[in-house]
Amino acid sequence: MTKTMKSSLASARGVSRRAFVASAAAVGGGLAIGVDAAGLTKALAQKVLSSDVNEVGAWVVIKPNDEVIVRIARSEMGQGTLTGLAQLVCEELECDWSKVKAEYVTPGENLARKRVWGDMSTGGSRGIRTSHEYVRKGGAAARQMLLQAAADQWKVPVAELTVEKGIVSHAASNRKISYGKLASAASKLDVPADVKLKDPKDWKLIGQGVPRLDTVEKTVGKLVYSIDVKLPGLLNASIMDAPVFGARVVSYDEAKAKGMPGVRHVLKVGDTAVAVVADTWWQANEAVKALNIKWEEGANAKVSDESINAFLKDGLTATDGVFVGNKAGDADAALAGAAKRLEGTYFSPYQHHVCLEPMNCTALVTADKCEVWTGTQNGDATLAVAAEASGLPPSKCEVYKLHLGGGFGRRGFQDPVQKAVLLAKQIPGVPVKLVWSREEDMRQGRYRPVGLCKMEAGLDDKGDLVALKMRIAAPSILTYAAPSRLEPSGRDIAAFQGLNPTGPEGQFGYTVPNILVEHAMRNTHVPPGFWRGVNNNQNAIWLETFLDEVARAAGKDPLAFRRAMMANHPKHLAVLNAVAGKIGWDSPAPAGVTRGIAQHMGYGSYVAAAAEVRVSDRGKVKIERLVMATDCGYVVNPQQVTAQVEGSVAYGLGAMLYQEINVAAGRVVQENFDTYQMMLMEDFPKIETILAPSGGFWGGVGEPTICVAAPAVLNAIYAATGQPIRTLPLKNVKLQRA
Amino acid sequence: MAKLNINGKTVDIAASAETPLLWALREQAGLTGTKYGCGIAQCGACSVHINGEVQRSCSITVGALKATDKIVTIEGLSADGSHPVQKAWAALDVPQCGYCQSGQIMAATALLAKNPKPTDADIDQAMTNICRCGTYSRIRAAIGKAAADMASLPAAPGKAKKA
Ligand code: FES
Ligand code: FES
Repeated sequence: MTKTMKSSLASARGVSRRAFVASAAAVGGGLAIGVDAAGLTKALAQKVLSSDVNEVGAWVVIKPNDEVIVRIARSEMGQGTLTGLAQLVCEELECDWSKVKAEYVTPGENLARKRVWGDMSTGGSRGIRTSHEYVRKGGAAARQMLLQAAADQWKVPVAELTVEKGIVSHAASNRKISYGKLASAASKLDVPADVKLKDPKDWKLIGQGVPRLDTVEKTVGKLVYSIDVKLPGLLNASIMDAPVFGARVVSYDEAKAKGMPGVRHVLKVGDTAVAVVADTWWQANEAVKALNIKWEEGANAKVSDESINAFLKDGLTATDGVFVGNKAGDADAALAGAAKRLEGTYFSPYQHHVCLEPMNCTALVTADKCEVWTGTQNGDATLAVAAEASGLPPSKCEVYKLHLGGGFGRRGFQDPVQKAVLLAKQIPGVPVKLVWSREEDMRQGRYRPVGLCKMEAGLDDKGDLVALKMRIAAPSILTYAAPSRLEPSGRDIAAFQGLNPTGPEGQFGYTVPNILVEHAMRNTHVPPGFWRGVNNNQNAIWLETFLDEVARAAGKDPLAFRRAMMANHPKHLAVLNAVAGKIGWDSPAPAGVTRGIAQHMGYGSYVAAAAEVRVSDRGKVKIERLVMATDCGYVVNPQQVTAQVEGSVAYGLGAMLYQEINVAAGRVVQENFDTYQMMLMEDFPKIETILAPSGGFWGGVGEPTICVAAPAVLNAIYAATGQPIRTLPLKNVKLQRA
Repeated sequence: MAKLNINGKTVDIAASAETPLLWALREQAGLTGTKYGCGIAQCGACSVHINGEVQRSCSITVGALKATDKIVTIEGLSADGSHPVQKAWAALDVPQCGYCQSGQIMAATALLAKNPKPTDADIDQAMTNICRCGTYSRIRAAIGKAAADMASLPAAPGKAKKA
């Protein structure tokens, strides 16, 4: 296989079984996406995966100049997984980290090579925690092969060799050789089936806060996101799909759009959408605005916030479509016999992902080939959808993955890919880049589900919690997005995230003798989706803010009240104690400041937060300080974990403070940032992050802490006002200091 | 057809007068470092400098610009990523997904050009770009580092200016 850069599309297609490089490796390697004025006509050159002779096992390529290229199957969307995975491989490889680059493998290549790189999906904070073992083994296998190659060359036993930073040494004969000189011979050896991994105490690179491999391109505007893809002859498209989800197109003003500057095609996409294809995207989008599409909207056009709320409210008392997530003792009997009872009904609105890079996908379809360029959280699913939409077998399809301008769960859904392929198929041989306007992106989301939750608690005469009931009425994400993951009974296990009695994913952190947690599944026509943290968000807010109400009713300190129920949950308790200690829970808060605390477990990690807020006399909230703790078992790159913790705070608190998606006349109301406000620099609190890895397990870090930031802040506000906050976002709540 | 001065060069741009500068940069000039995020001057992903002022290029049309207006994009900030703000961004590993960062860097460089020692309040006021990944605390730290690094640099001849 040639190493030559391909600059014409024809030859690029010829090599497309080989991976397309779109990452750190690309900058040095020269992924030729120019910034010159030739612009649109400049070829998107595809670099062939480094030649096979230097592939040492599937995960590592070593060039004669000692450069190490680590293959990455998961997706980089800002969470640092690319760098973390490379660290895992290189820990075992014992190479020189300063010579390491990373490249994506393609889904087509993975398929052709019998999934040698495993699962490509990147969601549920799984990037590292579910692949750490086999990628480390990939590094260890490569090291073993390289050492064997040296032993063969020098005719000495492998056991006499040592390796450091990619240099193999034989002390007895005082010889040294670098990996680059061994790679070709090593690549011809069999990949060892069984390799031994290092003891975590011997790790040198894992646990180091090395800089990311993909930072510099992001500071000079050179990183190519899929919205930036350039191909010879590329046309640009904008689309409008039915604002009332599922409505069918009846008519549109084709002639008017066709007459506008630059417009080449006006095409229906499926039954529900119309796209305009033009020379430039701006022209295409202007023409979309002129389409005047009429839809047959049906009964869904009558759905509104009010009708959804009534539907959910019914779920709070219904007996049908109700699933149990956690049950112990007899909660109803214990409530009936309690010395003191408390209840409250909570509401959480629909949320939107709003990746800063709007949804987009470029597709090129011919009679016997479908190629797709996109940022995806699930390359395998992208390939499958490309195949289905094009009508070609997966072996004739290929996906070139690019870095994501934000994912947060949205880019696990393949609807933009499906639309782009259905569109491109109508113009065979012409590459089409379909970019959604921000308005389209907001209208066609996969929304974090709305939910109502009725909480009930019973205290005994000592003020201990003896009964807890939690009835959630909400849509089911799995029913819409992954029905195969529903249990045979129809139960959506994800509805109970963080509330399950056991399990490594997310475990309830309190011992309550009588408990009943139920989900009344109430599915609306609004498509729900996995949104950073998923149902942990609402579940943690509902539980943790209600517990503060109950603690107050019991006349107890919120921290002491929790601790009394956590003796059987030492890991949950350890992070809670860590934030309490750091914020100084036992000493008085500064004048005018109140504190709140919360804990949760999600995605295999234990997390807690403590907040200090100042609520002004006019009810304005300033978050002054936030202490966040996470125990994710092992930390691969501490400075990236810290970045993830801070990022999750911005995401979670933005939603808590400002964000809601409203539904009126069957459609989403908010269409841009003017009505869907983000957390900005001025709102962003000072964050102190505690990393408390206790070892022995691998938890996620992209999502868990999102669940505790909001309830800690809400509890701090409650401490100031004495008024429970049961409806979000906070902008709709009038606050008053007690 | 319009004549625009982009990154120090006057170029002919085959875009109509009503085309937003953002799209002329991305689609006609091929400068894709400037990003589209909202199109309505809300997010700042499209920030560029026009005559030294940071501006949201999605909301300025090509027709509103003269050939003498000096437009600088992220690609023109330095030839090789060596602007002190870019270096501070890399040193502190600011970007997560990176999509907002061209705009953040353009806003930060414009701030520091006017105010070499910004306070936290100055930063809050000047840095109104959205970062959906939540890199705000590192952006703040990187502005501080860039300010310190720039203060210790010898002033470029003819550019020295007291704050
Ligand atoms: S794209 Fe211009 S401000 Fe968002
Ligand atoms: S780094 Fe992703 S939006 Fe700022």
